Amino acid sequence: MPGTDKYRYPPPEERDYIGRRMGRVDGLSKSTGHAKYTYDHNPKGLLYGAFVRCPYAHARVTNIDTSQAERMPGVKAVEIVQKPGSEIHWAGDEIVALAAVDEPTVRDAVRAVKVEYEELPHLVIDSQEPPRNIPPDTSPLSLDDLQDMLSNQMPAAQMVKEINERGIIFKPEEAPLDRLPPDIANAIKSARQKPAEKKAPTWYKPAAAETQGDPEAAFGAPDTVVSEGIYGLPVIVHCCLETHGAVAEWTDSDHLLTHVSTQYVSGIPGQMAEVIGVPAANIRQVQENIGGGFGSKFGPDRWGIYSAKLSKKADGAPVKMMLSRAEEFQVAGCRPSAYARVRVAAKKDGTLTAWDSFGWGTGGPGGGGSPPIPYLIRDHIPNYRTQWTAVVNNIGPARAWRAPNHPQACLITMAALDDLAHKLGINPLEFLKKNIELTGPRANIYMDEFSIADELMGWSKRWHARGDKTPGPIKRGLGMSIHTWGGRGHQSECDLTIQPDGSVTLKMGTQDLGTGTRTAILAVAADTLGLAPQQINLLYGDTQYPPSGGSGGSSTIGGVSSTTRRAAVDARDALFAKVAPTLGATPEQLEAIKGQIRVKGQASKALAWKGACAKIGAVPINAHGKNLAGRDPLMNSGVGGVQMADVSVDTETGVVKVNKMVAVQDCGLIISLETAESQCYGALIMGISYALYEEKIMDPITGRALNPNIEFYRVARIGDIGELVVHMMVNKYDSRGVVGLGEPPVISPGAAISNAVANAIGVRVPTLPLTPARVLAALSEVEKGGSA
Amino acid sequence: MDFQHFTARCDMTTNDDKSSGLSRREFLKISGIAASVPLVARPKVIQVDGQDVAVHGPGPVPVELTVNGKRLTGELEPRVTLLDALREHFNVTGPKRVCDRAECGACTVLIDGRAVYSCTTLAIEVQGKEIVTAEGLGGGEQPHPVQAAFVNNDAQQCGFCTPGFTVATKAFLDKNPHASDAEVAHGLAGNLCRCGTYRGIHGVVAQMTGREPKGNAGTTMIAERAGASTKGAA
Repeated sequence: MPGTDKYRYPPPEERDYIGRRMGRVDGLSKSTGHAKYTYDHNPKGLLYGAFVRCPYAHARVTNIDTSQAERMPGVKAVEIVQKPGSEIHWAGDEIVALAAVDEPTVRDAVRAVKVEYEELPHLVIDSQEPPRNIPPDTSPLSLDDLQDMLSNQMPAAQMVKEINERGIIFKPEEAPLDRLPPDIANAIKSARQKPAEKKAPTWYKPAAAETQGDPEAAFGAPDTVVSEGIYGLPVIVHCCLETHGAVAEWTDSDHLLTHVSTQYVSGIPGQMAEVIGVPAANIRQVQENIGGGFGSKFGPDRWGIYSAKLSKKADGAPVKMMLSRAEEFQVAGCRPSAYARVRVAAKKDGTLTAWDSFGWGTGGPGGGGSPPIPYLIRDHIPNYRTQWTAVVNNIGPARAWRAPNHPQACLITMAALDDLAHKLGINPLEFLKKNIELTGPRANIYMDEFSIADELMGWSKRWHARGDKTPGPIKRGLGMSIHTWGGRGHQSECDLTIQPDGSVTLKMGTQDLGTGTRTAILAVAADTLGLAPQQINLLYGDTQYPPSGGSGGSSTIGGVSSTTRRAAVDARDALFAKVAPTLGATPEQLEAIKGQIRVKGQASKALAWKGACAKIGAVPINAHGKNLAGRDPLMNSGVGGVQMADVSVDTETGVVKVNKMVAVQDCGLIISLETAESQCYGALIMGISYALYEEKIMDPITGRALNPNIEFYRVARIGDIGELVVHMMVNKYDSRGVVGLGEPPVISPGAAISNAVANAIGVRVPTLPLTPARVLAALSEVEKGGSA
Repeated sequence: MDFQHFTARCDMTTNDDKSSGLSRREFLKISGIAASVPLVARPKVIQVDGQDVAVHGPGPVPVELTVNGKRLTGELEPRVTLLDALREHFNVTGPKRVCDRAECGACTVLIDGRAVYSCTTLAIEVQGKEIVTAEGLGGGEQPHPVQAAFVNNDAQQCGFCTPGFTVATKAFLDKNPHASDAEVAHGLAGNLCRCGTYRGIHGVVAQMTGREPKGNAGTTMIAERAGASTKGAA
């Protein structure tokens, strides 16, 4: 691509910050408690908002009486969210919004609102295998169906296929075409329009079976070993420590200032404008810090919308609406469950030949994700048949949860392959190596990583066949798993300004979820300009700065780094042009290094940064950076990662303890090494947490969550993590450009830990979390004569 | 948060005695006898078990707190927790409300040097005591060494649990200046981080106690053996 070479990231020997451990630039503001979050905004005259919520999992609103609440002293605004007649699909859904002078008053006012409901039948349980005789839904698609597919992260190719085959019952222009990926938008535009069909209500939405090759023949072929099992993970929640919420105020009658706790600062105005009734240009979103998102905070949500509406009613006074912990657990998103009955086959020499699975799972009223099963090998395994049934129920809506669909697909696939390796009598590491070509283009990355993980865990030295023969109740075992993720950078823009006095400002409308985005941006800008990060003033988190994509799907690092690099190179080159005559050189002969602009390699022909900038003249240099999105060679897609777990299981109590985990991770060119490693450590800990403890437990009778708190929804603590070792593939795959990292390392821990437990105790515990009760139940199955 | 939980329904109004806090013992006594207290107007003191007990609220009462060395005064309902008093009334926002029921430690503050969950402490209970939040941990403009160690060890990501964690870690180290990893696992189990920064926090304690952090292999070991530097210039 002509003209792109000069933007290429500098080689390792020319980097002072890129790929090094430079310290988190926002670290001290956080550890000293000065960092401000949405929740910490306390503007003068602040009102507190809260919702009246439906106590039933499925109901129709029949009457709402807010008169008593409206008369209460201190209550400033009341808005009906869902009118009488509305059908409610999960317990905790918002019915009425109120704002009052302080929190105790608004909570009292919530209790004073009288809402009547007609209860409807509900379903909140999903672990039972659905019937297989339900035909796939071939009826034409509604806008709701389309929304469900998007919420469930259905792959674009599959959506296009469904749209083509089923047709649509809406007019194409009714869909948000400009916000959809182009191929989906095109499919909608060319789809056949059909009349709506009356559908019988059902809890189950099966997708058509997908087949490749001839699986039945492969399962029946001679010299074939077949392993069968059932595997699954329940619904879990994000548990962001800063609950979802927003603070909104009208700065005049048609300008809104809002602080939504969000992973997508630049996208908030566009998502609010229509419902609020002002142009997006009149909405300003500002967010300095966010207390966790993990995929659950992309939209303004009802709290964003109703904080603005209540503020409007209260003459523009600021309104804060933060969810309580219990509300957060019930309505602010969950990770869909996934279960599958699997058959998988290999030749006696370990060559994988066939896969067959019947899977199901729920993500609430929208159904659930459709995990890419069999994981990693789907494109290359010669024979497979997969079926998937979405369970449509009343547990509250799913939202993207770090690496949507992947931890589910990974557990189901890697546990089934581990069981097959056991049946073949092959070490799982050797089994994966033998079949690694089935993973396609990243096979060589996995092979590189296998040997490093082996060394760091001591796998080859320590691995034993299934069932620890050591006497006594404590059994120890090793397990492993591999994973991938896309992670191409999003579209992003920035402005970099160099002032004649040498000061530098970089403005970008991005956000930093704690992943280290600020640190990474400054690393790239500093290395490009030859400055220290502290010399660059980074302004971010505000819609007044150039737009930057949402922080989802590990797309931030590629997007912000490429954009920063482009702006910084252009600004630097503009400075070279101003300085070159003074140094008696051409601009191409100059370099920016260690606070100097100098003739390449000649320390004597140099100007200090400040002196160089004095040559700029009266008008500052400004460079606008805009990456090339999908075709930018500075970023790429597709990573490989290998993880291994070492666990001990107490076979008398069923308690599983992680002794050690090893993560070996590639993400192309690493921008910020220390925060990248922290992402991996954090993902391992989050993985230990969902592997051993986390489950959103629903009461089938009342349809409500039984553990909407941190006491009974257990999350890993500092004593639960064992020894964690992370190895990043430094300087190994730089030529691929920058690839995202947030999602990948959280995919494998569930599978690696489940496999380690099977290796320790000699039997598979089929579903996560691996609680004492589940471990003891699996052990007692063996004692009763079940298969190990 | 369910505010009914805290409402001791003695139907009485303001106590103008500024100096008296309400001890937990007295509070429990009042909770226990609430139903039998006669509903009379504006009593300051009631008889419980033959003893005088000051009764506060339920309306706002004057409260004076010493936070990070500063005297803060305001009118608060007696049911207001220390956490809400700090955050909502005095705009001291380092302590966070995450669980609001003493499960996660994000609201941890020091009271006379001891780590306490401010979400389950009433503001009126801690009048006259030294309250320190993350903002005041260093005692002045400088961060406390524990807070600097959180940066050195990258023991934070989103940072929402961090102010509580730094305060808890400081109090833990005061009591356990030579803490082992096993003692850390037990002593800091009262604080929760969702991003997963515990390994960094182990590193903080290791640094503060002069130990080498455990399991520090990974990228450094293999990369540096291969001759690649991973150290930053700054």
